[in-house]
Amino acid sequence: MRQVDRDTCMHCSACVGTCPFDAITLFDMHIVFNEKCVDCGMCDRVCPVGAITPIPGTERLKAKVRAAA
Amino acid sequence: METMERHSYDVVVVGGGPGGACAAREAAKAGLKTLLVEKRQEIGTPVRCGEGIATAWLDQIGVQPGKEWIANEVDGARIFAPNEQYITLDAAQAGNETGFVVERDLFDKFLAREAIKAGADMWVKTNALGLVMEGGVPVGVHARKLNKDVEIRAPVIIAADGFESRVGLWAGIKTQLKPKDIEACLQYRLVGVDCDPRYNDFYIGSNHAPKGYLWVFPKGEGEANVGIGVSLAASPGLATAKNCLDAWIKRHPGYAKGKSIEDVAGAVSVSQPLKRTVADGVMLVGDAARLVDPLTGGGVANACVSGMYAGKAAKLAHDAHDFTATFLQCYEKMWRDELEEQLMRNYMAKETLSKLSDDQLNKIVDALQDVRIDKVTTLEILKAVQAKYPEIVKEFEAMLAA
Repeated sequence: MRQVDRDTCMHCSACVGTCPFDAITLFDMHIVFNEKCVDCGMCDRVCPVGAITPIPGTERLKAKVRAAA
Repeated sequence: METMERHSYDVVVVGGGPGGACAAREAAKAGLKTLLVEKRQEIGTPVRCGEGIATAWLDQIGVQPGKEWIANEVDGARIFAPNEQYITLDAAQAGNETGFVVERDLFDKFLAREAIKAGADMWVKTNALGLVMEGGVPVGVHARKLNKDVEIRAPVIIAADGFESRVGLWAGIKTQLKPKDIEACLQYRLVGVDCDPRYNDFYIGSNHAPKGYLWVFPKGEGEANVGIGVSLAASPGLATAKNCLDAWIKRHPGYAKGKSIEDVAGAVSVSQPLKRTVADGVMLVGDAARLVDPLTGGGVANACVSGMYAGKAAKLAHDAHDFTATFLQCYEKMWRDELEEQLMRNYMAKETLSKLSDDQLNKIVDALQDVRIDKVTTLEILKAVQAKYPEIVKEFEAMLAA
């Protein structure tokens, strides 16, 4: 599961099209990850402005649980 | 629970860019009840494009150049080597790949208007969320229209949902790209720069843009789109596109003094076209079908052309009452006959280019200084390089044989 810096994000959808798992959706100006995310990190690499980063530590597990709920 | 709105059309087109608008226009013109949906609240924004387009194909889709969406007309292109020695190509030499620098937001609105004038229905702020399936076959799309869930029934679904295409995935088409076939892009529209409005400039080599290129497309006197595409294969860290673009601008005082009035981000595929662009009831057009020219990263022309063909195929399918993938192969054949060879050739060219070292690129551009060639083709380049740097041609051969 990744986190998006919403101040940096330009909601360009580069991550949506790059994600091999259909795990990202753009809703208006919000990039939303779903439970299909496997933390492959392709989105970090494609983001032209570096707005996507891994969620560190146990926060990651909590985010996964939230997405699955 | 709120009641779901249901609507019924002959064709639903997902995505209000140039490909979707051309598809909707063609289908509506043929008398089909057509709906075009766009997830954003406004057609054409945010712009996600370098805005340089060729001119030759406009005729084919029946569009006259319009003053309101043309910012600048260029005479040709300049290719800058890593050491910034450059060659100048006029329009014919560049294979008519350059022509206009457009205002994409206005161009997209113009095409959307054309679709509406032809009779298409249009909904903005409508996000497609999935396919409506019946007996294992797609018969429409689920969408969120403003704050309502809607079901749009249509036996033909045209996926013009761009780089971020998901309709294709939902229909079981493999649309995923390899990292080396994705370019992360960033562009600033800079005001107050020293640019030559006569040329679109392309900077190649790892110091400009690793496995991609940097462009300067002048919007007019003193104003240009300065942008970069870098391959994911060359982007190990965060924000590679931004870091490379900022560093390049800083090194070029004529551009460093410019101020951005628009930041544009996005990604583009530089892949081979999809192996399959149809499924039962579904056709993929433009960027969604990975029809972007892999060498130039230009997608608008192929989106419009393939969109037009998808609109024609939709009419044929309705006439035949046959919406199977087998029947929709007619769409696939139309675009492949016209576009596939060039796409494959340019994919090879891109692959070769991405393997060249900066030293090799410098020598190629240097060798091309001395010759006058009518049209830039791989063969012409090889001939010129052979004359001055025969050892490089040997390296090419080894590379092509590998």
